[in-house]
Amino acid sequence: MIRHLLSGADLDAATATQILDTAAEMATVAGREVKKLPALRGRTVVNLFYEDSTRTRISFEAAAKRLSADVINFSAKGSSVAKGESLKDTALTLQAMGADAVVVRHPASGAPHRLANWVDGSVVNAGDGTHEHPTQALLDAYTMRSRLGRIAGLHVAVVGDVLHSRVARSNVLLLSTLGAKVTLVGPPTLIPVDIPQALAPGTDVSYDLDTVLPGVDVVMMLRVQRERMNDSYFPSAREYARRYGLDGPRMRRLPEHAIVMHPGPMNRGMEITPEVADSPRSTIVEQVANGVSVRMAVLYLLLGGNNR
Amino acid sequence: MTAYLIKNVSVVGAAPTDLLIRDGVVAETGGGLTAPDATVLDATGLVALPGLVDLHTHLREPGREDAETVESGSRAAALGGYTAVCAMANTSPVADTAGVVEQVWRLGREAGLVDVQPIGAVTVGLAGERLAELGAMADSAARVRIFSDDGHCVADPMLMRRALEYVKAFDGVIAQHAEEPRLTEGAQMHEGEVSTRLGLTGWPAVAEEAIIARDVLLAEHVGSRLHICHVSTAGSVAVLRHAKARGVKVTAEVTPHHLLLTDEVVSGRSELASPALANNWSPAGPYDPVFKVNPPLRTASDVAALRAALAEGVIDIIATDHAPHALEDKECEWAYARPGMLGLETALSIALDVLGPQWDLIAERMSRAPARIAGLDGHGVDPAPGVPANLTLVDPAARRVVEPAELASRSRNTPYARMTLPGRIVATFLRGELTVLDGKAVK
Repeated sequence: MIRHLLSGADLDAATATQILDTAAEMATVAGREVKKLPALRGRTVVNLFYEDSTRTRISFEAAAKRLSADVINFSAKGSSVAKGESLKDTALTLQAMGADAVVVRHPASGAPHRLANWVDGSVVNAGDGTHEHPTQALLDAYTMRSRLGRIAGLHVAVVGDVLHSRVARSNVLLLSTLGAKVTLVGPPTLIPVDIPQALAPGTDVSYDLDTVLPGVDVVMMLRVQRERMNDSYFPSAREYARRYGLDGPRMRRLPEHAIVMHPGPMNRGMEITPEVADSPRSTIVEQVANGVSVRMAVLYLLLGGNNR
Repeated sequence: MTAYLIKNVSVVGAAPTDLLIRDGVVAETGGGLTAPDATVLDATGLVALPGLVDLHTHLREPGREDAETVESGSRAAALGGYTAVCAMANTSPVADTAGVVEQVWRLGREAGLVDVQPIGAVTVGLAGERLAELGAMADSAARVRIFSDDGHCVADPMLMRRALEYVKAFDGVIAQHAEEPRLTEGAQMHEGEVSTRLGLTGWPAVAEEAIIARDVLLAEHVGSRLHICHVSTAGSVAVLRHAKARGVKVTAEVTPHHLLLTDEVVSGRSELASPALANNWSPAGPYDPVFKVNPPLRTASDVAALRAALAEGVIDIIATDHAPHALEDKECEWAYARPGMLGLETALSIALDVLGPQWDLIAERMSRAPARIAGLDGHGVDPAPGVPANLTLVDPAARRVVEPAELASRSRNTPYARMTLPGRIVATFLRGELTVLDGKAVK
């Protein structure tokens, strides 16, 4: 098993599949009256969050607690970080406290890689800047597999602000490793032209959502920040929604079996309409539930829970 | 004053001869010289070059003496074979007045290891809003001739035009840091495949090329001298080639790191322009801020274009952009690290890798041409009877492994840590006085 999970590129097909299979076992725990396993008893998991992200932090916290680990939440606000402590000094502090795993969310791309230089425990990237968010990609893959029965051979459209999306990067890497075909869709200003060469050679790029929709099994809508229009990535929120938002009529262009995903939090009315978000095709709530199972699997496997 | 008799030295690659150095000048050259009063240095196998001249050095004093001082930077320079360095203006306070440039100049004289020639800021506080007192700096004891807002681009085209025109009165030159600021907001590394993969905001090549294109046209329009700092892209080379063919008075520099390292090193891969140097070397890991620099490391095809342009002369000189930074400014997240790399103590080795033993070309690109651009009398002149004894002795056969802790700079941010580099500076003379002997600083 790998020691850290920093990027979707850290996972080969066998390892990713092992994580998904383990997550499926973990999911059975959620259905029990006592939702707890003793696997990581006595181990310490630190949630080191330099950005507000209630949903990701809670998901990791629930995952660690269901495995009986001791969980320390270290938020950048109200801690020594606010006083200007460096990442290295924070890392050495966590090291001295005996952290077995550090789950890190950070606004700077690559911060988890830097952190991994300074701690002995496992580092899990819970989202770094505009780089990656590998556990999100794993939970998305898990959701696709549980809804559609497979990943290999699926055609997945990832729609929106790919340029700034850590979710998109991790998904492109992981889905191509698992044999899915990815088409990135969005305005040219938000799709780096070299993304196929940079991430996965088989990736397609399209600027026209309507032509892509009839041929996909999965459409994954990315959050688009309205502030991007101030940097002229698109003229207005309304124009964005008209060209790249998923509404009812567009959803009906999808094949009957196709699902709609969103990593959350959603901008209802921007990239997705309420009609779509609340439709039976939408897996958005499932994704949240699956997130806990997948993160349990990641922590369990990284911390060698299967070897004890 | 000690006299030195250098035996069996190849002057700029020529057949071995002897050099007698006395009273600050080269007194005699020729085979079989004797001088009973002189200290004899056996230079068999060594090459004598005119002392190297760096047009682009950050000495950090005043303001960041924890990262470098005029004295420590001068020592690093001497160890690198330099006898003159041009100190950039982005100190704190900024070198935008006669008082500050004279202070730096005086500190250089006191250190006495190389000639420190201050560069003056173009605009007050490097703010890009109004001209600094360029004439006062030119008339000061420091005799400033190069003006630069390096670290910042003189982005306002009107202000750039005025600066180019104004310095003609005292044969000055504007050294432009070519970076269109609106195209590089938040930029962290070269915009391309690697930045896409790493999720770092891109610094597009066009942001450099657009400013160079604008400025060569401005320089042509007003008939002024223009110098382009740290050229880093193949497109910039094309623009410069075109401008020079039109007769524009433009000169350009390239840094050693842009001649060797590619943007792939940011992702932790050991992709260098030179396979020989990549052997047994690799970055410590991805996102190591020791590779963060402005302009950023570019692609392999950019590096190839820069190497060819340097050999051809489209790029006139190698300048180090030696940029010391304290450990805490590099031992952090990539986005929070300061840009810049050390360069003085390793530049000649990189030049040897790029140009090979073409000693005349190395002398031209690292000594004569930069001395001409800076207007430094007594520097950039090949050792010959009667000329000031500013020279350095190189052992081209030596190899050395770069150990950051062994560098004379106060900082440790060399990108070449643990790399095996060709060549070694054995001795350096400043006006007939040894500053370096056996690869060690004399004072």
